[in-house]
Amino acid sequence: MDAINIRNLTKHYGKARGIEQVNLTVAQGEFFGFIGPNGAGKSTTIRTLLGLIGPTSGSAAVCGLDIVKDKDKILAQTGYLPSEAMFYAGMRVRDVLKLSADLRRKDCRETASRLCQRLQLDTGRKVEELSFGNRKKVGIVCALQHDPKLLILDEPTSGLDPLMQKEFFDILREQNKKGTTVFLSSHILSEIQHNCARAAIIREGRIIACDSVEALSRTNARRVTVHGSVDLDKLEGIRDRRDEPGVVSFLYYGNMDSLLQVLAAGRISDLSVSEPDLEEIFMYYYEKKDGDRI
Amino acid sequence: MTLIKHEIKQGKISFMIWTASIGVLMMICIFLFPEMKSQMEDVSDVFSSMGSFTEAFGMDRLNFGTLIGFYAVECGNILGLGGAFYASLCAVGILGKEEKDRTAEFLLTHPVSRGRIVTGKLFAVFGQIMAMNLIIYALSTGSIAAIGEKIPWKELNLLHFTYFLLQMELAGICFGISAFLRKGGVGVGLGIAAMMYFLNLVANIAGTAEFLKYLTPFGYAEGADLVANGAPDGGMTAVGLVFGAAGVILAYLEYCRKDIH
Repeated sequence: MDAINIRNLTKHYGKARGIEQVNLTVAQGEFFGFIGPNGAGKSTTIRTLLGLIGPTSGSAAVCGLDIVKDKDKILAQTGYLPSEAMFYAGMRVRDVLKLSADLRRKDCRETASRLCQRLQLDTGRKVEELSFGNRKKVGIVCALQHDPKLLILDEPTSGLDPLMQKEFFDILREQNKKGTTVFLSSHILSEIQHNCARAAIIREGRIIACDSVEALSRTNARRVTVHGSVDLDKLEGIRDRRDEPGVVSFLYYGNMDSLLQVLAAGRISDLSVSEPDLEEIFMYYYEKKDGDRI
Repeated sequence: MTLIKHEIKQGKISFMIWTASIGVLMMICIFLFPEMKSQMEDVSDVFSSMGSFTEAFGMDRLNFGTLIGFYAVECGNILGLGGAFYASLCAVGILGKEEKDRTAEFLLTHPVSRGRIVTGKLFAVFGQIMAMNLIIYALSTGSIAAIGEKIPWKELNLLHFTYFLLQMELAGICFGISAFLRKGGVGVGLGIAAMMYFLNLVANIAGTAEFLKYLTPFGYAEGADLVANGAPDGGMTAVGLVFGAAGVILAYLEYCRKDIH
């Protein structure tokens, strides 16, 4: 059984685009990344999975349960961290955590206090006095305290300092080892690259790539840096060209032979050809026209 | 139950302020009665000869010299209008506030169905209105006893019960509206309560606008008529309850299917 199985899911907001024919499968126990810039449809996908918004067409199942018919059962097994966690003004952190546990009809005090300790969250403070990062921590504890089977995290690290980010990912990895599926939506690519085994890239509401992070990073494209002078004008397949005095660097996805011939004709003092990092690949996906393949 | 408790805690301050304000105003009015009574001969004449104004407030049909006549107009207006404002305010924000304060993502990603959320919030609204009425009823009867007047139980119960019905109807209507709101509804709530109140005043003044009494709950919750007839008008009350119930049903239909932003 898949943790998440999305079939041709489409959501329109009136005439505005939300997501278009999204297909996605996340296996149980996976640490899955969902990449895309703001407005690409990440949150729309997540909010549809959680039943906050209804799909226009298509279907999806979470833990084998239909997102429309079995919404409550899905929510009972899921922990969700929204990108901007907001709570009821006037409540203290411990009251929010208790409310969340009570709404789930579970006693989560032990896990909650352990998580609060690790995240250095003061449970006596009022939520409206908390900084963005501390509010996020409350959201993290709410998402994790009931030991969910599936964790859906929407841009979880915004607002957290680097030490807290590390602690947070340590917690996620521990949960993942215990069998929890983690669905991590982010536009911070290093987060995905360091933590996820597989990832999907969403652009303008459509999934444009879905593979292992390794495979996504492994493309024909190469980051080429040339010291010296070389005439690149006739070379096809260049992107992200950066010119500095005496150095030119570009992402190359054309024919290797053509590159070598152009380089041979130039005067080169140093040359490096390396695999691009996920960030560059991401830019590459985003600059590509629809339907292109690497 | 968790949700009802949570809502009641959230609405605590508003509840206390409204209950205290209405309760204290009613007590002040009741404590003024003994003094008023002695001058009532003249006052009654004045009040019953102010033309449209007299009709608008039903003062042509009541004897200001008796406690119940005085109570039906003075306290009736305080509890009628104050209670209507509180009931409308309490109901009009209860569903929409989750989106306004952006707490909807928190609440609605817990395994509680939308239907149960609506039910919980509905119970919280009705519970708070009921509690407010009981407290005010206790304060009123206590105050009447304190000034040494005989408590006119039958009329008093009728007045308080009918004002409670009025508040429930307005709450029902505002609850229905609340399901459609994504922003604050304070203006809408106060506007509806005030509009209903003035519709009744218009109906009282202009004979041709009598039908308006069927639109507004103030039509059946008219102190003078209640005391005179011994019961609220059946037709108007029935129409009012249908309005209230329609609001509640609409709230369920809308909130269970709407997209949450």
